[in-house]
Amino acid sequence: MFGRVTLWIGTKEMGSGLLEFAINALKIVIVFVAIVSTVPLLVWVERRGSAFMQNRLGPNRVGPLGLLQLLADAIKFIFKEEFIPDHADKVLYFMAPGLALLPAALTFAAVPFSSPVTIMGHTINMQIADINVGIIYIFAVASLAVYGVLTAGWSSGNKYSLIGALRACSQMISYEIAMGLSLIGVLIMYQSFSLNDMIASQIGGFNFNWHGVHHAFKYLPAWGIFYQPLSFILFVTCGFAETNRMPFDLPEGEAELVGGYHTEYGGFKFNMFFMGEYGHMITSSALITTLFFGGYALPLISPEQVAAFWIDHGAGLAGPLHLSIADVSSLMTTLTHLAVFGLKTGFWLFFYVWVRWTLPRFRYDQLMDLGWKTLLPWSLVNLALTATVIFFARVS
Amino acid sequence: MIQQLAPILVLGVVVIGFAVVMLSLTFIAGPTRNPTPEKQIPYECGVIGTDMRTTKFPVKFYLTAILFILFDIEVIFLYPWAIVYIDFLKKGPFIFIEMAVFMVFLTFGLFYVWKGHALDWD
Repeated sequence: MFGRVTLWIGTKEMGSGLLEFAINALKIVIVFVAIVSTVPLLVWVERRGSAFMQNRLGPNRVGPLGLLQLLADAIKFIFKEEFIPDHADKVLYFMAPGLALLPAALTFAAVPFSSPVTIMGHTINMQIADINVGIIYIFAVASLAVYGVLTAGWSSGNKYSLIGALRACSQMISYEIAMGLSLIGVLIMYQSFSLNDMIASQIGGFNFNWHGVHHAFKYLPAWGIFYQPLSFILFVTCGFAETNRMPFDLPEGEAELVGGYHTEYGGFKFNMFFMGEYGHMITSSALITTLFFGGYALPLISPEQVAAFWIDHGAGLAGPLHLSIADVSSLMTTLTHLAVFGLKTGFWLFFYVWVRWTLPRFRYDQLMDLGWKTLLPWSLVNLALTATVIFFARVS
Repeated sequence: MIQQLAPILVLGVVVIGFAVVMLSLTFIAGPTRNPTPEKQIPYECGVIGTDMRTTKFPVKFYLTAILFILFDIEVIFLYPWAIVYIDFLKKGPFIFIEMAVFMVFLTFGLFYVWKGHALDWD
């Protein structure tokens, strides 16, 4: 039916036939809307959380607990007067917010957020694109965020914007090296770039081979953090710098740079930089979850066991939903995993807020020193240590 | 391989569509533009500057970018190696020694840059 028209849109990744294509397209839209609508929720958590930590009330007027405050803000953004500074390069000035949002949304595409669901013969991956080089894809797209920042800073025609953008770029590229290096230890352990493979190898109990003897621990999950604790610390630290979050939010140092690279932006254009920043936060939290905390899987409980549990206990749902018991089990397993993923990622998102209101801001030279002279050598140490320990454990 | 990226193309179209719609909404829904000379100048307190795009900035940023490219390429060399490391160890210690040599050069490079004060910000 599609024939040549779809050529490569109608690939097996987008499903065969019109129905599966529609389902996959719908899934993509839902995921994007979910990311976009998590941003106001996060801002709410941030504002209420900071108020809680500073013994204030925070936004509590609009809606229950002030939850609608951010909706009100978003509507207000749309009704702001459009503003283009005289010195601005108009085309780039309007492109920059989009360039900032695009990589933030695209990086999430490679993250699996739940186990695949099979309903009425159709299998839907709970991941936008199952890429076999997932980690490399995420790093490649995440580094494109630099272009949004630079474009914004340069096109605004304001020295504060320009200096803020240069600082942000230097910071992001500096920490990218340490981030990339810190993950090599993890990649040695998982032997794969695919995030699905990584989740699969974190199922079950902590175990390792030492000189041909297999050691297994029953009550400790095989999570990446237990294999690579140093890598975890380095990765999380770099994550803060990559997302320009406190204590590394130098690009926005208000006291010296007004507002950093988005000084000249207002209204919804400013909001899109904000969404980009929070989008990166969501992706990096999801990455921390996937790389070090078993992804969507429950600790020590395999997806098969969850599915078996729902076959035993989900019979009551089969009638009202008009589905077979296998479909109900698959659906409930996916929902369980989605909830687990949400909880784990939510914790790391809260961690971002928590750290922001706990630590003071670095000075710029301290920031660069930390990246190049502390994190980079330590990630090399981590790499050498991992390779050497495995070498002596395997070769005897 | 390239087909795995088809859903990302669709997502990209969705994101760009969202951005374009949201940015044009302000044009439609916002108040009529009323540019005044004061509103149009770059944000600045005190003396109004000239065209700010020609502002000089420290050469450190340029140096950082160059160093980034060097080290990032070295990191990329390590990625495929990391994946096959455990597999290749079964065939002998060659893969370990090979990367140890590479790491010595990488660390020496870092040491050289460090001692040359290329990493100092003051």
